Amino acid sequence: MAKTESTLKNMVLTLLVITCVAGASLGFMYELTKGPIAAAKAAKQQAAIKEVVPGFTNNPGDEMYELTSKEGLALKLFPAKKDGELIGVAIETQTNKGFSGNVKVMVGLKPDGTIINYQVLEHKETPGLGTKMADWFKTDKGNQSILGKHPKKNNLTVSKDGGEVDAITAATISSRAFLDAIRVAFDTYTENQSSQPAVTNTSTEEGGAE
Amino acid sequence: MNQWNNFSKGFFKENAVFTLLLGMCPTLGVTSSAIDGLGMGLATTFVLVMSNLVVALIKNFIPDKVRIPSFIVVIATFVTIVEMTMQAYVPALFDSLGLFIPLIVVNCLVLGRAEAFASKNNLGSSVIDGLGMGLGFSMALTMLGSIRELLGSGKLFGTIIYPEDYGMLVFVLAPGAFIALGYLIAFINQVKKEA
Repeated sequence: MAKTESTLKNMVLTLLVITCVAGASLGFMYELTKGPIAAAKAAKQQAAIKEVVPGFTNNPGDEMYELTSKEGLALKLFPAKKDGELIGVAIETQTNKGFSGNVKVMVGLKPDGTIINYQVLEHKETPGLGTKMADWFKTDKGNQSILGKHPKKNNLTVSKDGGEVDAITAATISSRAFLDAIRVAFDTYTENQSSQPAVTNTSTEEGGAE
Repeated sequence: MNQWNNFSKGFFKENAVFTLLLGMCPTLGVTSSAIDGLGMGLATTFVLVMSNLVVALIKNFIPDKVRIPSFIVVIATFVTIVEMTMQAYVPALFDSLGLFIPLIVVNCLVLGRAEAFASKNNLGSSVIDGLGMGLGFSMALTMLGSIRELLGSGKLFGTIIYPEDYGMLVFVLAPGAFIALGYLIAFINQVKKEA
């Protein structure tokens, strides 16, 4: 078969056909994978809530509400209740101070604000360095761990900034971003406690924790 | 050239990483662990095979002057398909490869094979070439990832071989990628000379 000549008409037509076919097939693939992607994300969210606030009996996904932090970031809060009593809240928090892009973390706080556990949801940090944040701040070694600490009583910044948390080796910026996300979650949660009847109804000692 | 040659040249004689030094961005970027290297290699293999297939099919319809944009659109389409599929079915791997999946589009290995091979050869040879090149690339990335993971964090495919504290952090970092790749290329060249 002879090769198509490089006339303007042929070139425009060829590119048009190729981009149309590409666009159509991508649209088709998008429809095909939309369900599984959403399901994978939901499963991840549910697993993350379970990990950061274990022992709830309600469905935190149903009682989810959103708050906006001082920085204008949208936070999702999942109240975890055991037999109607608030045992903690899982907060999907984020920061834009990451080494490359946003860092999303799910952090579990007790009603008084003590950190139960956390899980890193999304980030674009350097593989092998910033990615270590997934386990680093849970590991009970030196001053790495932030579990069981309280952002008001403990200075949760990296030791380089005068805080009491050891930063990830060679990933100080990622560590700062991570701790910033935790701080955003804590600040937004405590500031909005009084205006959230759903939360304050179930536990009354929260006003004292402020 | 027979088909076995088309297939096997990607592993050794014209290995993308060790001989042609193509696709250095993912080679250095994602090989901090063996499993990431393997995942990246296989994703690239899929894109290579599919784009070679399509380019070989449509090469006669594409006017010469617009062949590069046409190839790039074809490649970008398959990369996006890989990206969406990985996000749906292997979210963990997708998370750890992150940004490097969309970057397969600009991997010069993929465009290089489309331009240098698939646009000049028939369908069968092009697919086999893509498969060989892709698997050779996967092999190289997995080797490099294994070496870096073992030396850097004391693990191999996630299995702990020795405590991480004794690992040399530099091998997980970018300079370690250059060092490991340099020694690996030197070693392969030596083997080639003797062969």
